[in-house]
Amino acid sequence: MADTAVAPATGHDAHDDHGAHHTSTGLSNNKLAMWMFLGSECLLFGGLISTYMLYRGRHSENLGPDQVWDIPFTSASSFVLLMSSLTMVLAVSSAHRKDDRNTKVWLMVTALLGALFVAGQVYEFTTFYREGLGFTTSLFSSSFYTLTGFHGVHVTVGIIMLTSLVGMIGKNRVPGDKAETVELFGLYWHFVDVVWILIFTLVYLIPA
Amino acid sequence: MTVTDTDQHHDTHEGESHGLSDMGYVKIAVFLAVVTAIEVALSYTQDQLGAAFLPLLLILMGIKFFCVILYFMHLKFDSKLFGLMFYIGMFLAIGCYGVFLLSMHFFSS
Amino acid sequence: MAIIERPTDTPAVVSPDAAPAVATPATSYGVFRRPVETTGWKSWLFTIDHKKLGIMYGVVAMAFFVIGGIEALLIRLQLAGPDGTVLSADAYNQMFTMHATTMVFLFVMPMAAAFANYMVPLQIGARDVAFPRINAFGFWTFLFGGLFLNTSWILGGAADGGWFMYAPNSSVAFSPTNGVDFWALGLQITGIASLTGAINLIVTVINMRAPGMSLMKVPIFTWMIMVVQFLLLFAIPVITVALFLLMFQRSFDATFFSVEAGADPLLWQHLFWIFGHPEVYIIVLPAFGIVSEVLPVFSKKPLFGYPLVVFSGAAIGFVGWGVWAHHMFASGLGPISVAVFSVATMAIAIPTGVKIINWVMTMWGGKLKFTVPMLYAVGVIVQFTIGGLSGVTHSVAPSDTQQTDTYYIVAHFHYVIFGGAVLGLFSGLYYWWPKMFGKMLNERMGRWNFWLTIIGMNLTFGPMHVLGLQGQPRRMYRWTENRAGEGFFNIGFWNLIASIGSFVLALGVLMFFVNIYVSHRKGTQKAPLDPWDARSLEWITTSPPKEHNFDRTPTVGHLDEFFHRKYEDRGEGDHHDYHQVATAEEIVAEEEAKGDSHIHLPSPSYWPILLSLALPIMAYGVIYNIWLIAGGAALALLSMYGWGMEPHTAPDDDYDPPAAGTELEVAAHG
Ligand code: HEM
Ligand SMILES: [Cu+2]
Repeated sequence: MADTAVAPATGHDAHDDHGAHHTSTGLSNNKLAMWMFLGSECLLFGGLISTYMLYRGRHSENLGPDQVWDIPFTSASSFVLLMSSLTMVLAVSSAHRKDDRNTKVWLMVTALLGALFVAGQVYEFTTFYREGLGFTTSLFSSSFYTLTGFHGVHVTVGIIMLTSLVGMIGKNRVPGDKAETVELFGLYWHFVDVVWILIFTLVYLIPA
Repeated sequence: MTVTDTDQHHDTHEGESHGLSDMGYVKIAVFLAVVTAIEVALSYTQDQLGAAFLPLLLILMGIKFFCVILYFMHLKFDSKLFGLMFYIGMFLAIGCYGVFLLSMHFFSS
Repeated sequence: MAIIERPTDTPAVVSPDAAPAVATPATSYGVFRRPVETTGWKSWLFTIDHKKLGIMYGVVAMAFFVIGGIEALLIRLQLAGPDGTVLSADAYNQMFTMHATTMVFLFVMPMAAAFANYMVPLQIGARDVAFPRINAFGFWTFLFGGLFLNTSWILGGAADGGWFMYAPNSSVAFSPTNGVDFWALGLQITGIASLTGAINLIVTVINMRAPGMSLMKVPIFTWMIMVVQFLLLFAIPVITVALFLLMFQRSFDATFFSVEAGADPLLWQHLFWIFGHPEVYIIVLPAFGIVSEVLPVFSKKPLFGYPLVVFSGAAIGFVGWGVWAHHMFASGLGPISVAVFSVATMAIAIPTGVKIINWVMTMWGGKLKFTVPMLYAVGVIVQFTIGGLSGVTHSVAPSDTQQTDTYYIVAHFHYVIFGGAVLGLFSGLYYWWPKMFGKMLNERMGRWNFWLTIIGMNLTFGPMHVLGLQGQPRRMYRWTENRAGEGFFNIGFWNLIASIGSFVLALGVLMFFVNIYVSHRKGTQKAPLDPWDARSLEWITTSPPKEHNFDRTPTVGHLDEFFHRKYEDRGEGDHHDYHQVATAEEIVAEEEAKGDSHIHLPSPSYWPILLSLALPIMAYGVIYNIWLIAGGAALALLSMYGWGMEPHTAPDDDYDPPAAGTELEVAAHG
């Protein structure tokens, strides 16, 4: 996770004589780090998606992707996650306007939408499981649950981070630049959303 | 130079000096929702679409992908260096895993 | 990261009672006082100083080097004669698996991380890395991961599938102990260390260079480290996927590698080698960086074609992503894949060759001085070239089908890894020792160290070429006399030579430890400030450097900044005529005199080590008890909260009052 602490805004730093607060490129360390982390995550999810692609056709006759998907349901939960990206970006906007109240509200809404998505995923998994599609049933099921489970864990981690952030903003305990902290969380959240955009099309909509 | 920090460029991310207005973001979100709806609709009509189905869906997916990356994640307005970090990862992933799947005859089956 | 102004940085006139002696919890945010001690065990355990972390990386890596070395000696003892009885087949399998895993992941990579941590901030004129706490987290994570991995020895047996752990051989049916579980989880943990380290160092190099240091003025070692960190950044997630799949396969009965369920064993091979080939450059490029620092210093010439060395390094890093399947030529990839990867592999020899030419050209016409670091650097050129050439022979697929899985491969990668990476790291140890510890390593002992190592390695790995071409398969735990062949090609003879060689090699390495002892005995001289007449920025400060590295952030005008401050070019046009105008002592004294008045150093922290500790707990949980995972996760969450809310400024009252005396004087330069 990104180290979100930054320099004190007050004190002698303001009139520092040796330019201590200028990075060589003028870019924020934290944001650079976050983008690198996301670049790295591309290869993580890429590997899981490829594994799924390789194995999606390897299952018993009546328990393959085309038999178990519930497209309307998944579309709805995809829509929920997509909208959480909007609320997230609104939170970032508010943070840049130094509007703590709205930042907290939008962050909370984002977390709630995320939770709704995860709940949907739990429901989806239990339904599949009842239909006989366990984690160990087939190559298809193992790779499907692993891929979407990984994504679900990312969303869950995001929810925990968002709610914690709301609490920290509330108690004014965010070390450093608040707006940038919110922005960093936003980058992570959007990335998780982007991964779902890929999964939704590649895994659900395109028939095996 | 010391351990650095990030509040030095208020000039670059202060307020809305870059990025869209809130209304702009709402428009993007509506657009994303519509594209998703189209995708879902297409998935029900794949028999009629035939060979066009797959490329169409992939293009729509790409559009959504880049909408989020470029606008919600500010890549369009931010430093190119951020984009570089991400795109290297993205292209390595597409390249390596693409070749891997290719050699496994994924695309020919 | 936390940024503080240490109270001790204020001039000595400040009265000691300016800061209260005891921290008050209310002001230090939360329960604990920050662990700001500068001496004693706490100063190491909670440090976030890149130099201390670098040293700890080095010490731990060396310890693992010894462990991996003992494992290697046992292997060679077993194979020294026919019908070896030293190890059972099972123990032998564990031995070669853990030998390779230890050497690659717990010695060479962390040893490179040691130098990277210590030297990169110094070489770019920074006071620390970009994220000091993440740096500490990386070290502890590596250490705990390595220890976790090795506890498998006493918990039922270590991993036994070879360092590439091919599926389905790694499944429970074929490897019923928990060894492979420890392996998969342990490497995930060390992978986290590498990944965080990579992000940290890249940001550091991109963002924290001294004023005036453009990318093309960055010292070559730092450049190579940056390329390596990019490789890690993108290769680690690939192996992480593979390891996760393996973990799910073994611990939760997933089917990824169950051939009976229709799984494809090539899935593992592809994932492993997409990581694995970049990994070999992760192993060797830091050493290339060291060699490229050392050769110019002892040739009294700038590095020949610096931009070319930079670009060929980057090119190696890039092309390294497109050749992984050359490890799979014999796996039935299909003719097209084999042809494509064969050609790509031949291509990668080009940038590698460019580097070697640059090194030779650097030495060409130089005033060569064969100190121990220089000997090692030249050793790299010679030995690595041999390994590179055998590499080219197996880039030719038809030829490789004869060589693969024989000792010829073992010979190849030991020449590149030992001859390239390890010799390079030793060159770095000798070169930077005076910088890091303020004492020279003994040159005479160093020569013993070097020559025994070189003779030992050639005796050990040279015969393996013959053994391999005679068809001795790798990972064979025992050979018999009646199939050993005749005359010159009798594998008994060559196996014996290799085993003898391995003990010579071990003796050589032992010399290094003896040398440390000899060099640090009471009464040995303090190292001069600039013992080698060096060229780069890390020498523009005391040895060892102060906690804040530089009294004044250096301003950089040249690639070889230190050299250009010492020497003035009085030649005309293309003709250079350098005259010494300043000594290192004068330059450092000037920096000290003009030191910055405000120096910000990050405060030590409890959280990195605690967060790291959570990882092995969770990993034991995966193997033994699911509830342990929850416990570990709780600790992780707690530490993250602590970390996240830690203030950037440790309140002054977290510090003891500045004691009168040394500590204060050192820091009071303003
Ligand atoms: C001139 C550049 C190089 C070429 C063309 C090359 C080529 C190859 C090829 C084709 C193989 C596969 C042989 C087989 O398994 O049948 C191989 C194996 C190997 N190479 Fe290289 N290589 C080069 C440099 C390096 C370097 C720099 C390193 C590490 C520092 C390295 C480490 C290894 C290792 C560890 C293996 C064996 C992996 C295993 O099977 O366990 N190689 N090399
Ligand atoms: Cu390779």
